[in-house]
Amino acid sequence: MADASTPRIARLRRLERPALTGVLVREVVNFSSYWRSSTFSSTVEPTIYLLAFGFGFGALVGTVGGYDYVEFVGTGTVATAVLFSSAFPAMFGTFVKYQFQRTYDAILAAPVDTEELVTAEAIWIATRAGVYGCVPMLVAMVFGLDPAWGMLAVPGIAFVGGFGWACFGISIAGFASSFENFNYVVSAVLTPLFLVAGTFFPISQLPEWAQIAANLNPLYQLVQLVRHAAFGFEGWTDLVRLGVLVAFGLAMWRVAIFAMTRKLVD
Amino acid sequence: MADELAIRLRGVTKRYGPITAVKNLDLDVPEGTCVGLLGPNGAGKSTTMRLLTAQAIADEGELEVLGFRLPGESKVARAQCGVVPQLDNLDVTLTVEQNLLVFTHLYRIGRADRRDAIERALRIANLSDRRHDRVSKLSGGMRRRLLIARALVHRPRLLLLDEPTVGLDPQVRQELWALIDAMRAEGTTILMSTHYIEEAQRLADTVMIMSHGSAVAAGPPAELVATHAGLEAVEVYGAPAKLAEAEAAAAAAGFRTRRTGTSISVLGIEGADGRAPEGEPRPTNLEDVFVLLTGEEID
Repeated sequence: MADASTPRIARLRRLERPALTGVLVREVVNFSSYWRSSTFSSTVEPTIYLLAFGFGFGALVGTVGGYDYVEFVGTGTVATAVLFSSAFPAMFGTFVKYQFQRTYDAILAAPVDTEELVTAEAIWIATRAGVYGCVPMLVAMVFGLDPAWGMLAVPGIAFVGGFGWACFGISIAGFASSFENFNYVVSAVLTPLFLVAGTFFPISQLPEWAQIAANLNPLYQLVQLVRHAAFGFEGWTDLVRLGVLVAFGLAMWRVAIFAMTRKLVD
Repeated sequence: MADELAIRLRGVTKRYGPITAVKNLDLDVPEGTCVGLLGPNGAGKSTTMRLLTAQAIADEGELEVLGFRLPGESKVARAQCGVVPQLDNLDVTLTVEQNLLVFTHLYRIGRADRRDAIERALRIANLSDRRHDRVSKLSGGMRRRLLIARALVHRPRLLLLDEPTVGLDPQVRQELWALIDAMRAEGTTILMSTHYIEEAQRLADTVMIMSHGSAVAAGPPAELVATHAGLEAVEVYGAPAKLAEAEAAAAAAGFRTRRTGTSISVLGIEGADGRAPEGEPRPTNLEDVFVLLTGEEID
């Protein structure tokens, strides 16, 4: 039988590094052809939010929660930049690569499993989010945000948050049957979470139930962590916040793998 | 077992809801041969191809590719397979060379061998002087050649071609046939699905004809023709009413017939001693077998 005569070199390991590298190399090489537009949209949009709110509202309110309003918004919009450069590209990019370019068919015909494909895609998007996320903070520095050592942790925090939102976007693309379905997710999920994250106003203004609910919003935890990185960490509380972000990332990671396996493997 | 089997399927069934795409399929592809899956659209050829890369999971049956059991060990098998999909999935904003580079990584070619692998693939595809062009600038034929070369960067033992020349000009098709034939001559095992009869006849050592998810016949093309359609045929032309008459008469005389659209082919007339109807004689061919076995009507 074929069993006995074929040399067995079966390595049935999951999440093999060469497979992850292969998918990442594809993304990096592709990035060289579209980095301008992607960098533009991922950085200019949050910067506009920062400038519009920072100066528009900033003129009216002066300080919020003990911070200069520009500092408050400058740190808050880091989370916005992370969301915009992770959830959105993940949703649209995954759908395009699956549906129109059939890229994933080509990759899965190579020695790469869906789990490896999803993981590598999420790592790539999270890395970009980690970099793009810093932009609003750097812009805010120009307008008076003081540098702090803790800020060096921001790319890492943005990566962790970006990983979760990337996996969220991939999951949505995996469950969606058409582009139009994304509208529901953007309107019903992302916009509310984005507004109730303490980015533009402190959530202490909200009713008590909303404040409690906000703690479950990973975007809120991301905003808080970034703010504390700039103005001083709060020890255990921030570790718990980081834990929430990590848990969000791990949970969405498994959901994304489930959704994409359903989509890609008949 | 004397002949190593590159692919071995036993009793494979794949259902999509109420539709059975592949039904109780047995398939052997001995190493070093080229096997053609021939059948009309919807016969289950593409599903069979997807089963072989574990992009579809069988509901029943055993699948082995290069000695590895699917779907569990598919990743190891895939490392030694090259896959040319029916639908172009190149990265169109990348250059020819970048597309190949990505696949040297996906197929885990070591750093030291990457350069050579890319050069070899460029030579195979005859695209060395287009290496810096974006894929979006290539002609349809060049894109197909690149798609095949991309599947060969890692010198696979088994090449899976899903409708490799569908929708291409005859000239481009010939070029691709030469390329595939060269791979075969080098000893690469090939499984190719096609609904072009000439393609199967020219390239395949063995042809398996599929219809409605099942294998209806298998063997070397010449043998299939002789078995199912005999050696000689005669074409009877005429008005539709006359054709129907000729069809009935030939059937009554014990001949197999098929429609061609413009004529009735009466098959296996050798040794008929004048019982065969008047018409234009011709040798039988694989198309006769194809139509006989997969039906004359399109569902």
